[in-house]
Amino acid sequence: MDAQTIKTLVGIFLAAILTENYVLNKFLGICPFLGVSKKLNTAFGMSCAVTVVMVIATAVTWPIYTGLLVPKELEYLQTIVFILVIAALVQLLETILRKYMPPLYNSLGIYLPLITTNCAVLGVTMLVLEKNAADPVGYGYLQALINAFGSGVGFLVAMLLFAGIRERLEECDIPEFFRGLPITLVAASLVAVSFLGFNGVVDRLM
Amino acid sequence: MEEKKTRGLWKEFTKGIIKENPVLRLVLGCCATLAVTTAASNAIGMGAATTFVLVCSNAAISLLRNVIPNKVRIPAFITIIAGFVTIVQLFIKAFSPALDTALGVFLPLIVVNCIILGRAEMFASKNKVLPSVVDGLGMGVGFTAAMLCMGIIRELLGAGTVFGIPILSGFMEPIIIFLLPPGGFFVFGLLIALAGRLSQEKKAPEGLGCAGCPLAASCSKLTEKTEGSDR
Repeated sequence: MDAQTIKTLVGIFLAAILTENYVLNKFLGICPFLGVSKKLNTAFGMSCAVTVVMVIATAVTWPIYTGLLVPKELEYLQTIVFILVIAALVQLLETILRKYMPPLYNSLGIYLPLITTNCAVLGVTMLVLEKNAADPVGYGYLQALINAFGSGVGFLVAMLLFAGIRERLEECDIPEFFRGLPITLVAASLVAVSFLGFNGVVDRLM
Repeated sequence: MEEKKTRGLWKEFTKGIIKENPVLRLVLGCCATLAVTTAASNAIGMGAATTFVLVCSNAAISLLRNVIPNKVRIPAFITIIAGFVTIVQLFIKAFSPALDTALGVFLPLIVVNCIILGRAEMFASKNKVLPSVVDGLGMGVGFTAAMLCMGIIRELLGAGTVFGIPILSGFMEPIIIFLLPPGGFFVFGLLIALAGRLSQEKKAPEGLGCAGCPLAASCSKLTEKTEGSDR
């Protein structure tokens, strides 16, 4: 692996965290972002589980798509196949963790059932294929996996930032009709503004 | 008798639009709502696609409700929904490539829109076909209406147009941030606050709308568990 490849991989990783943040820039995975970000420790556990599932899901769906669906001209089955693969994968992962790694299961496993219907996971498996279609040579399996991992870390960063903000919001005096969800969304809007500041940073670094 | 039945159906239809509006009251399907409402026409396209899937999957699940074993119901529902989503995807790709490009990955992501799975779990799997179809239609119309509201506000402020027709040109500069992600969060927050105010309920919906999510049971257990361990 030469220096140029490593440079692009780092670029993909940073872009996935900062400029293409799944939650704050692409609106994927908003439900867990709003639902599970009340406490720092739950936010951390949930995002770790999401990261693991994202990487494994991409590792499995990519070969299925390129090796099975494309040669057989079954690309239109992508949606059905991917969602079923992810659902089965999450179930399998939960069973394995419960059987062989009880401590890990207790800290991550409880979040797994919630991840099947998380659109960030399905989104990452589909978006890497779009990127591959745009640049078949430069964007391969390795780049897709790095992107999936970076997206998971980006999710983690957004969740942790936001959990910290929400813990403080609890103590604020907020107008009655803004209490709860509305003020959370307005706060999310401000966090998203700060992430807009990263635009161009990654291109500059490369 | 007949009239009573019609009134019951009408109630199922309207509850999705106002009282239990999936977006503004139950806060479901927020990913799609935030992402595609940069233009009013996209909002309508997404709303129509989701409504189609919602009505068809509600009908199919209601017909199969006595056949599907309880243990595998969620995978079964997801498969049914994914089938209808694929139909919509192919249809839009063939007849409106521009809409297909605008909606992008959010079109296949209708599969994981919690409104659809939520209605399947909470309504269609327990009710007869006709009420399920009406429920799906009402929820779909409510979803479309809420998205249209957001789409119009964001397009008007962010681009100065509505459905592509210039309205604010010469009157004020467009505020581009309304088309960017922060604007989406902001308008959504304001609309939910407004909906809460208008429906005269003193409190914003509890639990962040997770109530409609099919996995709400395990989720709330989770929250209790972690909150309990904190103390």
